[in-house]
Amino acid sequence: MTDRYSEQQSVKKRKKFVIFKRKPKFDEEGNPIYVKKKKLYSYHRLNRTFTGDLVLTLFLLFGGIFMLFPLVYTISNSLKPLHEQWLFPPNLIVKNPTFDHYIDLFNFMGNSLVPMTKYLFNSLFLCVACTIVTVLSCSMCAYVISKREFKGQTALFKLIELSLMFSAPASGIINYIIVANLNPVDSYWPLIVPCLANSFYMYILKNFMDTFPTSILEAARIDGAGEFRIFWQIVMPGCKPAWMTVILFAVQGYWGMDTGAFVFKEEMKGINAGINAITSVSVQRAGVTGAVGILMMIVPLVTFIITQSNIMETMTTSGMKD
Amino acid sequence: MKKQLFSYKFKRKFKNLDLLFFLGPYAVTFFVFTILPVVVSYFIAFTQFNTMEFPVWVGLENYRRLFLEEEYFMLCLQNSFVLASISGPLNYAVAFGFAWVLNEVPPKPRTVLTLLFYLPSMSGGFDVIMNMLLSSDRYGWINSFLIKVGVISDPIQWGQTEELMLPLAIILLLYGALGAQFLVFLSSLQGVDRSLYEAGAVDGISNRWQELYYITLPSIKGQLMLNAILTITAAVNISAPSIFGSPTYNYKLYTLSMLAADYSGRLEMGYVTAISSIMLIISVTINKIVQYLIGKIGR
Repeated sequence: MTDRYSEQQSVKKRKKFVIFKRKPKFDEEGNPIYVKKKKLYSYHRLNRTFTGDLVLTLFLLFGGIFMLFPLVYTISNSLKPLHEQWLFPPNLIVKNPTFDHYIDLFNFMGNSLVPMTKYLFNSLFLCVACTIVTVLSCSMCAYVISKREFKGQTALFKLIELSLMFSAPASGIINYIIVANLNPVDSYWPLIVPCLANSFYMYILKNFMDTFPTSILEAARIDGAGEFRIFWQIVMPGCKPAWMTVILFAVQGYWGMDTGAFVFKEEMKGINAGINAITSVSVQRAGVTGAVGILMMIVPLVTFIITQSNIMETMTTSGMKD
Repeated sequence: MKKQLFSYKFKRKFKNLDLLFFLGPYAVTFFVFTILPVVVSYFIAFTQFNTMEFPVWVGLENYRRLFLEEEYFMLCLQNSFVLASISGPLNYAVAFGFAWVLNEVPPKPRTVLTLLFYLPSMSGGFDVIMNMLLSSDRYGWINSFLIKVGVISDPIQWGQTEELMLPLAIILLLYGALGAQFLVFLSSLQGVDRSLYEAGAVDGISNRWQELYYITLPSIKGQLMLNAILTITAAVNISAPSIFGSPTYNYKLYTLSMLAADYSGRLEMGYVTAISSIMLIISVTINKIVQYLIGKIGR
């Protein structure tokens, strides 16, 4: 005990000695002042420096503010009274904001022949149906292509990859001929069924599933899980970030879907048709058009917030490893 | 015993029967609504088709006309090449760069910043604001500012000054970089296994650039490839930003897809398809090269 005690003492002494070795400053009376240097910040990130992070954050903030301009302009445009709407050069920020356009919009909506809620319901229904169909079908295909083996697997994948590069202008016409021959016009089937196959979404999901450890699937197979159970209870929860991203793209794409080519009954058309009837009257509806633009953004925006927060949740909680 | 044997045989014979369920809906729709129309429409390149009458077979007439008689074809090819070879890689790099930097930010600010960057592709309205910024008269925002400051006395004709058109177009096209591809990059970056970074640090990786090249990029190869395909396709089909109008001043920046759009306005669909089939061949070729390059990353 005594030995150890003396050892500690000697260590302390040595440390003190080290501090003494630094050049001490003296105050007026000649006593040394010891200034212990305090770190301003503690920054512990792997392979990162504080300055680098600071520069990048500032750069991001600057970029973000720059990207905000179009939105600010659209919002303030929807709040401008008519005389300010046609000013040239236009103001970026509105001077005398009014909510007249929004009130007008709701008045017009109340007076429409087919109730606006019907249009809204149609659009929401189509959007949800198409999104569900797309996500299910594409992830099933992605699972099979990524994790199973069958004849023609590579060929199918190459074909899907190739189809990302298609941009045949005349294919729209032929597509219409095929759909019109296969499906009755004036129903939602011709709009929903083509959503079953989407190369872009399939590719995203397939890429994500490639990183999903195969050993887990094998373990499940040995434990006696069927393919459907493996797909639904293991692969799908594990790939949540991927299909959340796909849902975001799908909702954004299908929300403003134009029902025009296949649906001719007024009460079956989507919200676009109802809103076009209001905004396409004449130039005096320009403010109302701005208001519509803002209101139409709500659905994609809400989806964005929900999906992004969910992506982060799964990322922090998941600990899937081989 | 016999029953068991039968079921065993049955299972072995139809081991992959569930594939029908998984693959069926996608494959059928894919072939009927994606492959079939495109294949048929590329046959239209050998016909004369005005969208109303039944197409008339003309053989290679469309291609002959395109290569030998079309006075703007070489110009368009050249313009497309110049614009695409600058704008495509730049957009790709910007989309990845922003996603990579954003990925370092802690989760809550990240959501806000992602929203900020992604907003323009949700709200639209970008063309309107660019029209006001770059209006060629005295009242365009940039022009009026420059005149007020005293740098210039006459307004700059943004759409008609040949030296300015290419840089302007590249800057304007850059705005579209932060769309879907940016989000794909971001979500794939968040999916990279964190333990790899720690393992890398133990193995001697000492800064973020090495980490990027040896860990991050190789683990998101698939999404790199996907976005490369999308970027290349978009770059081959590139057209000048809408503020330049179509056709553009002096046919500068007049690209292949603008040529195709003009002819499809005249309903010469056979000719248009011939042009777009050439664009498909170009993008497939470039994709093969890029695929090879991406395969080499991190080795």
